[in-house]
Amino acid sequence: MGAADVRGAGHSGAPGRLLLMTGALLFLALFLVLPLLVVFAQALAKGAGAYFAAISDPMAWAAVKLTLTVAAIAVPCNLVFGVTAAWAIAKFEFRGKSTLITLIDLPFAVSPVIAGLVFILLFGSHGWFGGYLRLHHIRVIFAVPGIVLATIFVTFPFIARELIPVMQAQGREDEETALSLGATGWQTFWRVTLPNIRWGLLYGVLLCNARAMGEFGAVSVVSGHVRGLTNTMPLHVEILYNEYNYSAAFAVASLLALLALITLAGKSFLEWRQPELRRAAAPAHDRTRREKT
Amino acid sequence: MAIPIEAVELHRPGPRPRRVLPGFGLTLGYTMVYLSLLVLIPLSAVFIRSLDLGWGHFWAVVTAPRVIASLRLSFGASLIAALINSIFGLNVAWVLVRYTFPGKRLADAMVDLPFALPTAVAGIALTALYAPSGWLGLWLRSFGINVAFTPLGVVVALTFIGLPFVVRTLQPVLEDLDREVEQAAATLGATAGQAFLRVTLPALWPALLTGFALSFARAVGEYGSVIFIAGNMPMKSEIAPLLIVTKLEQYDYAGATAIAVVMLVLSFAIMLGINALQHWALSRHGGR
Repeated sequence: MGAADVRGAGHSGAPGRLLLMTGALLFLALFLVLPLLVVFAQALAKGAGAYFAAISDPMAWAAVKLTLTVAAIAVPCNLVFGVTAAWAIAKFEFRGKSTLITLIDLPFAVSPVIAGLVFILLFGSHGWFGGYLRLHHIRVIFAVPGIVLATIFVTFPFIARELIPVMQAQGREDEETALSLGATGWQTFWRVTLPNIRWGLLYGVLLCNARAMGEFGAVSVVSGHVRGLTNTMPLHVEILYNEYNYSAAFAVASLLALLALITLAGKSFLEWRQPELRRAAAPAHDRTRREKT
Repeated sequence: MAIPIEAVELHRPGPRPRRVLPGFGLTLGYTMVYLSLLVLIPLSAVFIRSLDLGWGHFWAVVTAPRVIASLRLSFGASLIAALINSIFGLNVAWVLVRYTFPGKRLADAMVDLPFALPTAVAGIALTALYAPSGWLGLWLRSFGINVAFTPLGVVVALTFIGLPFVVRTLQPVLEDLDREVEQAAATLGATAGQAFLRVTLPALWPALLTGFALSFARAVGEYGSVIFIAGNMPMKSEIAPLLIVTKLEQYDYAGATAIAVVMLVLSFAIMLGINALQHWALSRHGGR
């Protein structure tokens, strides 16, 4: 750097600031705001009457019900897993811990389509357990159990990865005190640990639920697209869209978009209650870096 | 309590037990069983089933021109999308951390929209936006640019999907960054650009790489948001996950499994490579 460059540097100055602000806001408007607006615009394109007709259609209702059912099974399963995994990982030292964390994160690195495929390979008619299931008249693939399994797979890490850093930050002292005062293990968990982690827990459940209700690829592979039976809301949107029934497709899509907005509002609220959650949400690699500093 | 604590301490033989809290065996055991049943065993099924194919058949499936074209599109478009997200993600993170402006909290919350919005909804929304008659498609067409139903549409969808990763990995690092170092660079005569390139950017590299990798990995496997906007023409705008679905619909389980194995191996290899790169970047620039 030459002496000629000595300007009032350090602050990027008004033109630089303007350029960066414009770039960022244009990017966000183009990729976030416009897609969201277009959902509602298209949903209401044929008027409010058509909109309400589309979302009160029996097939749409069946899809809503199935989506709620699947989430009501998948989220609690991953919640129990998330709490147990976080307890083992955050409260104890053992060998292979970082490998375990990597394995828990694995479903994030797998394409949703492959997540669906694995269950077809296991439970499909040509799968490992296909013969056994046929013999006992149990349907997993192209039925609700398959949808639940695929949803659990794709949402597997959500709650665990939110809870691990939260529990690690809490440390062991509170629990050790409770135990030394004579509380049993369960009492300690329900009365000490759970209240301590409740915001982190809600945060994980919120994100897990959003993905569970919105999952498309994995569910699409295992569902078989039976209308009124194995169609979740995202699959129903696809069917309506492929039938060129755009306003109905966007009407159902607008319900999912509302769910997304509620999720974002809830997420912001929880981050405002507990600012550390923002940090906890940062990816694992970054987290380890932060612990060192 | 009746017994004084000192007495207990005195009478305890040997060192303190290592694990005071209960439930280690139970929780770790449950974690391992649940993880194995729902993730590890199902995933290993893909690899084991692909062995049934035999090497010759496997190689024939994955080197078929249509498969190669789809893999090239999936990985190529993901790379471009991750690059776009790295540049604009850095821009967005910078603006959100360093500047104050009205609506900042809202903009910050909106960054997570691609995490929260179901991919199918994103897919049809982007298609409606970029279709030749759509709000943006109409305008772009006057410049002779077609986005929907071309590989460009794939890049747009993958950019949307990967958008939050770079912003969210950079934000905490930018917040922690010591601004005094930048100011020191300025007092030593660096321009804003020089201070950024030589002082700030090196400190951001590891986070930027992480964000890039996460955005890339998510894009490679993405399905829902892409299939509506891509047009899905074989050899041209057909992504690898879609080809897996197509093969499954034709009951070609062997073919689908072979492509899945290639995708899994390629994405794990890339993630490992980027992890190594990140370790290298950390060891060079990590200690601030």
